[in-house]
Amino acid sequence: MVTKKEIKQAFFIALWFMVLTFPIMVIKVNTIKNIVIFRWNYLFWIGIGTFFAALTWNYFLQLKENKQKTETSDDIPLVHKLLQNARFKIPFLIVLAIFFLVYPFIFPMYHTSIMISALVYVMLGLGLNIVVGLAGLLDLGYVAFYCVGAYAYALLNLHFGVSFWLALPISAVLGFLFGTLLGYPVLRLRGDYLAIVTLGFGEIIRIIMENWDSFSNGPRGIANIPPPSLFNIDLNQHNTVIYIYFIVIALVLMTIFFVARLEDSRIGRAWIALRDDEIACQAMGISKVKTKLTAFALGATWASIGGVVFAAKTSYINPMSFTIWESITILSVVVIGGMGSAIGVIAGAFVLILLPEYLRAVAEYRMLVFGALQVIVMVFKPEGLIKGVRKIYKFKKVEE
Amino acid sequence: MRWINITLGLIFTGVLGFWGTREVISDPVYFLELLLGGITRGSIYALIALGYTMVYGIIQLINFAHGEIYMIGAMTALIVASVMGLWGWNSAVIAILAVVFAIVYSCAYGFTVEKIAYKPLRNAPRLSALISAIGMSLFLQNYVMLAQTPEFLPFKSLIPDFLFWEPYAHIITSVELSIIIVTIIVMILLGILIKFTTIGKAMRATAQDKVMAALLGINVNQVISTTFVVGSATAAIGGVLIACHVGQINFFIGFLAGLKAFIAAVLGGIGSVPGAVLGSLVLGISESFFTGYFWSEYEDVFAFSILVIILIFRPSGILGKHETQKV
Repeated sequence: MVTKKEIKQAFFIALWFMVLTFPIMVIKVNTIKNIVIFRWNYLFWIGIGTFFAALTWNYFLQLKENKQKTETSDDIPLVHKLLQNARFKIPFLIVLAIFFLVYPFIFPMYHTSIMISALVYVMLGLGLNIVVGLAGLLDLGYVAFYCVGAYAYALLNLHFGVSFWLALPISAVLGFLFGTLLGYPVLRLRGDYLAIVTLGFGEIIRIIMENWDSFSNGPRGIANIPPPSLFNIDLNQHNTVIYIYFIVIALVLMTIFFVARLEDSRIGRAWIALRDDEIACQAMGISKVKTKLTAFALGATWASIGGVVFAAKTSYINPMSFTIWESITILSVVVIGGMGSAIGVIAGAFVLILLPEYLRAVAEYRMLVFGALQVIVMVFKPEGLIKGVRKIYKFKKVEE
Repeated sequence: MRWINITLGLIFTGVLGFWGTREVISDPVYFLELLLGGITRGSIYALIALGYTMVYGIIQLINFAHGEIYMIGAMTALIVASVMGLWGWNSAVIAILAVVFAIVYSCAYGFTVEKIAYKPLRNAPRLSALISAIGMSLFLQNYVMLAQTPEFLPFKSLIPDFLFWEPYAHIITSVELSIIIVTIIVMILLGILIKFTTIGKAMRATAQDKVMAALLGINVNQVISTTFVVGSATAAIGGVLIACHVGQINFFIGFLAGLKAFIAAVLGGIGSVPGAVLGSLVLGISESFFTGYFWSEYEDVFAFSILVIILIFRPSGILGKHETQKV
């Protein structure tokens, strides 16, 4: 229940925010015409808004704190519990499969196209999850590899007429090479130093693409990138989108399969061990260099494949698509979804990519909402929407 | 490995020194201009970088919203100055009040941001706090853009052209001179605050060991808030100064400036206050020479490259302590 004290507190918070937002919200200066407009009604709305926001905020914060006190640490998210239950799992997967199969035929092209971008982010998210979630290497320049993939397809196609299907493995290899190349010098760095250096690499690649005119066509970008071909059959625009949709679905399924297999493999367990304790891990005979490099390289591979799909889908790329905000969005997908948890990352991608797309109705506010959402999700669910669960072996008591 | 580093370093310095001396002899005024321009740039980076490094030193968080605090400082100064300018106040009064308002509001924003976005995440995984910081940064940018305007706003310099400085103004303008002087003053004040006051002592203690500091009766939350406030204040000063220097601002200026300042902080060794200043100066001066003598369009590439190169050879920055990892 809301007590008198809480109301009083919320009132003061509202007052504080009214003072805080006063110059920026209320006064609007037109320096060209030299007019000052005072928008007093905004002040009123801010007061009301923050009053109730403060009440709900405190209420949920207290709820969270109480929950932390009572709950044990090894609680498993509901989704995992449901998915472990075979009776639920099979029908659920069937429904999901049918939904994604018929999706492009029921909904108009616009929605299919949005779904494609969400699925590309699922792929990117799962790739970054290897680097950040499993291996614990904070990578803020992931978009560099995405950029490499997209430009590899665009340029190979422009100069040599390489088709989508050939470009896919080529750029996967390229991504792998770039991942190793960038991963090698930064192996010694830890934590935030690594983050800022990878961020630097991401920006360097973008700026080079922007300024090296003769190579990448500069800020004008590359247009007329052909969509994937299907046995030389001419597809109209609608069918092309559907075709790409199914390609992406296949790639996502492949990614999920690979990542799931990797996670439980020797190398996957080595990643997790390295993330948890580097020295103990090395003492167990795991090569730090090899393990970190494979994480970087494999993460980069998925990003590059995603890049190829992105280039084929939009048919036009320019360096502006590969800014640091893109890296941040992908990182948010991983962290908000739940680090180290594949289901979480998938959920995160759908929430973070579909939500802003459908918020286009209130287009100006969508980035505001996006930012606020990041803060709110992190404050109330710091481990992400669906947190990762490690495989636990339970020993049953042997009766003597 | 070590002798390779030393040899490479010596060769590099030798080539640079030789080439540099040649350039200095051929056109000393241009060289001086670039050097002073670099120091100015470095001073601005230093004012922002201090906030990053202090916050990082205490809670090990990259405060991504710090660049936005700096932007809000400049924005508030602009708004206050224009309103008072329309009321026809004296320009000296306007300058002082605008700076005061900018500092006060930046501090208030820094304080509030910490309470909303970071305090609940004190014990959460570090990446969560980072995402929260990024979200806050995005939110503040869009908030200013929507409440004000996405366009660039002309910023009338609050610093007049000093008459006595007239003869030297072609090498360094009076605005640039003020930037350097103000930065030096702020650095000295900050040094005194950290070294000699009780709160400075508490800050250093908290940075070393939060739990132990709390056991000794230091109010850790209060110290963290103070750190944010102090960092925001220096950022606001930087914001106002750079706005005077460049002459226009918009909602997005905080992002790149914040990024560069953060690079500077990392360069110097994040968490170390003298490191932030040194890193900023190194970055500012080398950037200035690079754009002056080579290509200006690759300025940012250069900033990142110098960061990568320095970190490869000194993984914890120029002045950072090399921590031996323990099990």
